Amino acid sequence: MTGVGIAQLVAFAVVLVALAIPLGGYMARVYQGEARWSQRVLGPIERGLYRLCRVRPQEDMPWTRYATSILWFSLFSALAVYGLERLQASLPLNPAGFDGVPPNVAFNTAISFTSNTNWQAYGGETTMSHLTQMAALAVQNFLSAAVGMAVLVALIRGFTRRHAPGIGNFWVDLTRTTLYILLPLSIVFALFLVATGIPQTFDHQAAIATLERAADGHPQGLALGPVASQIAIKMLGTNGGGYYNINSAHPFENPTALSNFVQTVSILLIAVALCFTFGRMVKARRQGVVILIAMAVIFVPITLVTTWAEQQGNVTLVDTGVDQVASATQGGGNMEGKETRFGAAASALWATSTTAASNGSVNAMHDSFTPLGGLGPMWLIQLGEVIFGGVGCGLYGMLLFAIVAVFLAGLMVGRTPEFLGKKIEAFEMKMATVGILMPSVCILIGTAIAVATTAGSSTIANPGPHGFSEILYAFSSASGNNGSAFGGITVSGDFYTIALGVCMWLARFIPMIAVLAIAGSLASKKTVPASSGTLPTDGPLFVFLLVGVVILVGALTFLPALGLGPIVEHLSI
Amino acid sequence: MREQDTSRSSRASAAPDPNSHHDPNDSTVPPGNALATALGMLVVFTILCGLVYPLAITGAAQVAFPAQANGSLVVRDGAVVGSSLIGQPFTAPGYFWSRPSATAVAYDGTSSGASNLGPSNRALHTAVADRVAALRAADPGNTAPVPIDLVTTSGSGLDPDISPAAAYYQAPRVARARGLDGPTVRALIDRHVLGRVIGILGDPHVNVLALNLDLDALVAGKR
Repeated sequence: MTGVGIAQLVAFAVVLVALAIPLGGYMARVYQGEARWSQRVLGPIERGLYRLCRVRPQEDMPWTRYATSILWFSLFSALAVYGLERLQASLPLNPAGFDGVPPNVAFNTAISFTSNTNWQAYGGETTMSHLTQMAALAVQNFLSAAVGMAVLVALIRGFTRRHAPGIGNFWVDLTRTTLYILLPLSIVFALFLVATGIPQTFDHQAAIATLERAADGHPQGLALGPVASQIAIKMLGTNGGGYYNINSAHPFENPTALSNFVQTVSILLIAVALCFTFGRMVKARRQGVVILIAMAVIFVPITLVTTWAEQQGNVTLVDTGVDQVASATQGGGNMEGKETRFGAAASALWATSTTAASNGSVNAMHDSFTPLGGLGPMWLIQLGEVIFGGVGCGLYGMLLFAIVAVFLAGLMVGRTPEFLGKKIEAFEMKMATVGILMPSVCILIGTAIAVATTAGSSTIANPGPHGFSEILYAFSSASGNNGSAFGGITVSGDFYTIALGVCMWLARFIPMIAVLAIAGSLASKKTVPASSGTLPTDGPLFVFLLVGVVILVGALTFLPALGLGPIVEHLSI
Repeated sequence: MREQDTSRSSRASAAPDPNSHHDPNDSTVPPGNALATALGMLVVFTILCGLVYPLAITGAAQVAFPAQANGSLVVRDGAVVGSSLIGQPFTAPGYFWSRPSATAVAYDGTSSGASNLGPSNRALHTAVADRVAALRAADPGNTAPVPIDLVTTSGSGLDPDISPAAAYYQAPRVARARGLDGPTVRALIDRHVLGRVIGILGDPHVNVLALNLDLDALVAGKR
């Protein structure tokens, strides 16, 4: 690895934390109704929305009603996306004249965007009209992110309330997240992105006579559109669904090394900030920091290995006489599928960030990464999308692991486990287990079916163990609600659109319901004071326990499968 | 809403006043209500986030950053010759060549795409070896190692840049085809090298279209 790679990682961490601390504080104030300045500006809009939609903000929902509200909302969202995709040919803002999206791809995309996965079985600039991108896909970028954050806030209330029947009001949490957090951040970020070169227009693509047009006779078209407004929320909301087929590798979606750096920060920004929000809301700031440290302890080594592997280059190409070594005049490394302006280090950092968080945007092709370079991102997804994870869902997933960790510690010393003053009992453990294992079940069963059937195994693009990796990655990505891909595999056929659609839906909403059930159960309990038998959860011992549980579950579940894919590929070249 | 918020802040729970006296049955409102609210919220947020927001950003962007918002177009002699962000294919020996492109028609700005060849795939090895051979054939005297970016496809298929090394590698061929001397061409490349942002972000690169436009201007000026 080069020194530049390390310097970049340090700069990344510093900028990220420096922005996340104030944002985390602001979000805590928003959820506790203390963000006075923004309430003065946006309060009238918020109240107008409630009146229009007949929301009674005072209503305190029990967890079951909170959950059914989410399910209805997400179901209607999926139907709306499906409808807009199917009907786009007869709707306005379709300058390229695209047909309606085929039913299976429309189904897959509708679930993908409402589940915050943003898996793309289509090429954006060749399939979706401006209207579909804006009013269907970008809207879900906001709303699916807001749903995840709302559920996290409901879980936090479970910890802070005593003998309470409810866990908050979903519509209030949804509205405040969108109006006070996601929209203002997106407006600022979108304008910054335009300044770096991302298009924002409704004009149709122009046919341009390039310098060598005389030689090849082909004018060059440019796919333009309202791109920046969509990219801003795509990054911030850990969505990852690109305006263009090739996502953030496209120069119009990510024009410069600076836009790339800021976008990488924006992948993790809200997820990291929510750790601080959590600490403030449970009135134990160290608790939030400890969880953040546990995430970093897993993230940093995997990032270093990935960066090293990509900077090393591809050993199979050595005998072709190419120069892959970094020097003053080139970044070098494994450049297949990478953009020159980013290079190996910035592509590797993006890859681990986008898979640690369930963002899933890509600025380089993971399918063309070296075997070890591709292993890190894939395993980060399989760890359950809890290393930062998606906005809201990453932290609530990590809190499920925290519940398991205190339970294991309780078993060792023979005491009833507690976390943040709440007794962890059989019901919480059952729900935590369901939440943690659901994605793993989808990944392993889905992969097994795919490799056992022609429909699943016939569409891979690369031979040998790498082809297996493409399938394993696809099911990991869908079930982790990530959305990135080993993109060679063709996934627009019936098998993958349906199988991955089912995985995305189950792995999104079953853990979510389990989390809400825990929130309801915790909220109804009393708070017990810490005693000498209480495991302190805000120190190094707990970091060790939490990291241990996450790694252990992730390793035991997936090492055999990873052995058949990236590990055997690495050993064979 | 603000009054209720104030009262709320003093308690641990963050939700709207859970002890509201006026309607104890709030938590058991029939589900029909939830359906209507869900639909209403979806419609309202679709208008707000899906229409108002992108239209407002478009308006602001067209006023504040019109060049970038419309595709960063490059104009020569009054005619648009490309976008500074989107690469173009070059085949003449007198131009610097871009990286190989994996789009169906090379550098198709309407349909981005990558090879997605895995590292162990022999097709990748064959493609790279063929490209090395083609570069060698175009410049037989040049025995320098070939920079990796010049023989691999980019992520987008639209990479506007090559590494400085890839530009310097092509300098002898371009100089010969254009009737220029080596130092002149290398000095031209020197002026086009874009370093890392604040010394650490990204990799050094050269914009191929900008370099070739300057090369044309240089040759035209000498006549």
